[in-house]
Amino acid sequence: MKAAVIVFPGSNCDTDCFHALRDTVKVAVEYVWHKERNLPKVDLVVIPGGFSYGDYLRTGAIARFSPVMESVTKHAGEGRAVIGICNGFQILLEAGLLPGAMLRNKTLEFICRHTWIRTEENLTIFTGKIEVGETLCIPIAHGEGNYYCDEETLKALHDNSQVVFRYASREGKLGDRFNPNGSLDHIAGIVNKKKNVLGMMPHPERASEELLGSSDGSKIWNSILSALG
Amino acid sequence: MPPLDSTTSITPELIAAHGITREEYVRIQGILGRDPNITELGMFSVMWSEHCSYKNSKPILKLFSKMNAALPRQENLLVKPGQENAGIVDIGDGLAVCFKIESHNHPSAIEPFQGAATGVGGILRDIFTMGARPVLLMNSLRFGDLSQPVSQRLFRGVVAGIAHYGNCMGIPTVGGDIYFDASYEGNPLVNAMALGIIKKNEIVRGAATGVGNPVYYVGATTGRDGLGGAAFASKELSEASHEDRPAVQVGDPFMEKLLMEACLELLKTDALVGMQDMGAAGLTCAGCETASRASTGVEIDLMHVPRRESGMIPYEILLSESQERMLVIVKKGKEKDVERIFEKWDLHAVKIGEVTKGDKYRVLNEGQVAAEIPAKALADDGPVYVRDEEVPAYLAEAQKLDLTAVKEVKDFNSVLKRLLTYPSIACKAWVWQQYDHMVRTDTVFYPGHDAALIRIKGTQKGIAVSTDCNSLYVYLDPHEGGKIAVAEAARNVVCSGARPIGVTNCLNFGNPMKPDIFWQFHQAVSGMIESCTALEVPVTGGNVSFYNESPQGAIYPTPTIGVVGLLENIDKRVPSAFQTEGDVIFLAGETFNELGGSHYLMIEHSLKKGLPPRLDLKREKALQQFLLAAADGKKLASCHDLSEGGLALALAECCLKSESSLGASVKDLGEIRKHQAGLRTDALYFGESQSRAILSVKPEHREEVKRLALKQGVALYEIGEVGGDALGIEDRVHLPVSEIRKLFDSAIPNIMEIP
Repeated sequence: MKAAVIVFPGSNCDTDCFHALRDTVKVAVEYVWHKERNLPKVDLVVIPGGFSYGDYLRTGAIARFSPVMESVTKHAGEGRAVIGICNGFQILLEAGLLPGAMLRNKTLEFICRHTWIRTEENLTIFTGKIEVGETLCIPIAHGEGNYYCDEETLKALHDNSQVVFRYASREGKLGDRFNPNGSLDHIAGIVNKKKNVLGMMPHPERASEELLGSSDGSKIWNSILSALG
Repeated sequence: MPPLDSTTSITPELIAAHGITREEYVRIQGILGRDPNITELGMFSVMWSEHCSYKNSKPILKLFSKMNAALPRQENLLVKPGQENAGIVDIGDGLAVCFKIESHNHPSAIEPFQGAATGVGGILRDIFTMGARPVLLMNSLRFGDLSQPVSQRLFRGVVAGIAHYGNCMGIPTVGGDIYFDASYEGNPLVNAMALGIIKKNEIVRGAATGVGNPVYYVGATTGRDGLGGAAFASKELSEASHEDRPAVQVGDPFMEKLLMEACLELLKTDALVGMQDMGAAGLTCAGCETASRASTGVEIDLMHVPRRESGMIPYEILLSESQERMLVIVKKGKEKDVERIFEKWDLHAVKIGEVTKGDKYRVLNEGQVAAEIPAKALADDGPVYVRDEEVPAYLAEAQKLDLTAVKEVKDFNSVLKRLLTYPSIACKAWVWQQYDHMVRTDTVFYPGHDAALIRIKGTQKGIAVSTDCNSLYVYLDPHEGGKIAVAEAARNVVCSGARPIGVTNCLNFGNPMKPDIFWQFHQAVSGMIESCTALEVPVTGGNVSFYNESPQGAIYPTPTIGVVGLLENIDKRVPSAFQTEGDVIFLAGETFNELGGSHYLMIEHSLKKGLPPRLDLKREKALQQFLLAAADGKKLASCHDLSEGGLALALAECCLKSESSLGASVKDLGEIRKHQAGLRTDALYFGESQSRAILSVKPEHREEVKRLALKQGVALYEIGEVGGDALGIEDRVHLPVSEIRKLFDSAIPNIMEIP
């Protein structure tokens, strides 16, 4: 498997994703500068977290106009894998590759801490190695992770099994007190209809080594690796 | 104020308005051989302000250099304090750490969000200016009593400002310290520390070498914001300070992120000669300091300086403290390489001048000379004052404490609960969860540990950092308080298993013209030096912040210490909290009848009095060596330093911070009592005697740990065992860990969260 990590001005989890893929998942990975029009031949595109364009205007709103996004959209359209993490998720929403939008956290404050997320679907390339109902300990770090969409979209998300991760207790119980940012229906991550584009607020790259407190994020990387080879 | 252009005549009023004394003005005339014009007067005013020139603190700060020179192992100190923008210490394998702490107190008092944010921006520039990639941030904060709405407003604003800047930059804020005390009402302290990693052979100097080399202006445009900020920082805060709001800068962390990446990319080329950020005193400071360090001249033309406002005059352009700007000196002929990099990052990179022969900082504007000053005179030859000192009037009374009149409180459970919910002690997760403390995926010990710990990828090494200062101790005894501040920060680092390798400091005091304040300053520094000498750690630099006074008076003297430690093997790290049921609990170090300056006395008896605990540096060093040896042999399951709240609070923290809320059973403190005849029980439980730590040890390591303690001559008492779901200490304390955890965790959110 080969992966590319897109670098926007203001990306700051690019090196973290690169490190997790190269040094813990042990796959070939390269950076792609946002001004590039063409993607190298890769199986997985990673849109990392950070503050692309300083989050000015709206999170992800400017990044989606970066030259590279045309190729990313094409890559996704061909059914190949894209994962957007945190700001990457926000960019995917703005680019229309995933439905919905982000609101500010219900506390109105930036939140950085470990959360438990429950795996809702494992018939995706991102979660094939995880049991449905299995909870993962993965940190969040965002000011705007309060996922929102209209009723119709939410229904479609559920009907098409697109909700992949929801905030939960360690035991997998749902509830407002386990939802750190107020997201609709406790949504932490969703895929597109074709299930080849994943957006998630929690950072699996930060939970890829025991030394850092959790290696549950590796389960996502390993699922991708096993699906894409 | 009259218009500040070339027609302005220099009147005594104008000179005074620039904070320049009659003697200083005569000195300026001597340097120039003529009267300065208004632009030059402005330049001298900011460069000779306390903030830039350290004119009142230099004679005392020299003591740090003298101390360093007498230390063994000083070859690790790669940059001398004060010589460059930040200190650098060798950590082996071709790597070094570059770190510094700096204050942004006055701007934060006026505008907490931007004041704190730009404080972070400034300290980060000091690090990447040296060629180092910043890898962590810390901050040391002081506010007034948190029950006051004004303190809550400042606290909320400062924390949000730090989060705003650090998070966007993608540099984790991994720890720090926060105290609340009435003495900081109206004058909060915001001290930001940054640390970067650098290859030893890639250190960049802030020097304009090579006559003919072009001088570039890089980054944000210049506006009128922050005009005269350095001068503003060099006076007391008053009711009228809010009128100084234009002297507070506005930060743009996104711009700084681009600037940092571009500068670090430039470093990898062979085009870079020198770099200097435009912080305090802006273009004035950057120009004259780079020239002075290289003993060259620098000539710039203001016509080329990118501006965000029209109609700016030379005075304003030169004194502006607009953020996120750098001065970069590059090799002649390599201009295109440089411009290409900055263009990639969508940044301005404009050639504004070049390095010249001679020693002058020459500024042109519209074909005319706007200023021409010998660079060294401006940068380094400012006035130096030896200020009068006098023992403060409050001291004798404050140190008086008759312990026989202090009744021992009966209910220790209640005391412990009150300590746990006291804002200075209570859990600070409300703060650090707003900071991205994990980005860069290096953070191994999160905030809440004795020291923050990061790993260095590609090596086995870890870097531990702690900031600290118990300013009540310093107020009650500046010398002993200064000693303790260093020893405690070093102890925190040692508790994590790391060896202290360098100290940076941020010396926050009142008005140095007041002899009692200056006495505090001198005493505290001499105390710090005593500890650094004994513990063999060099001071790598820092910052002085005077004039921390509000209409209510001066703050408690607060020499904030940042200690950096090196852990050669990250696998040998030691956490602060209990780990496993059945582990043996030891108290290392001696306990004395010391209650002066303690939180127990303050909270239970409303007394901020007495002599703070005595620090015996021989004992301290022995303890630290014992802990390092035990950590190196992987004999410690956990290690936590004793500080505010003493033994009982330290035990409570070891329980409530453990992952599964482990309890502890401490059945008998009789051995300690036997050793100290007449030891009061409140002093034993809540006293703050120095050089102590709580260890937990696997039973099979018990004897080895005892042997190591004996070898260093450290008193070691086996006091109990980890286990159960409650903390029990003899028959005096019995509290379920879930209850103390709840109290500890909810104290600050209860005050700060809008219901």
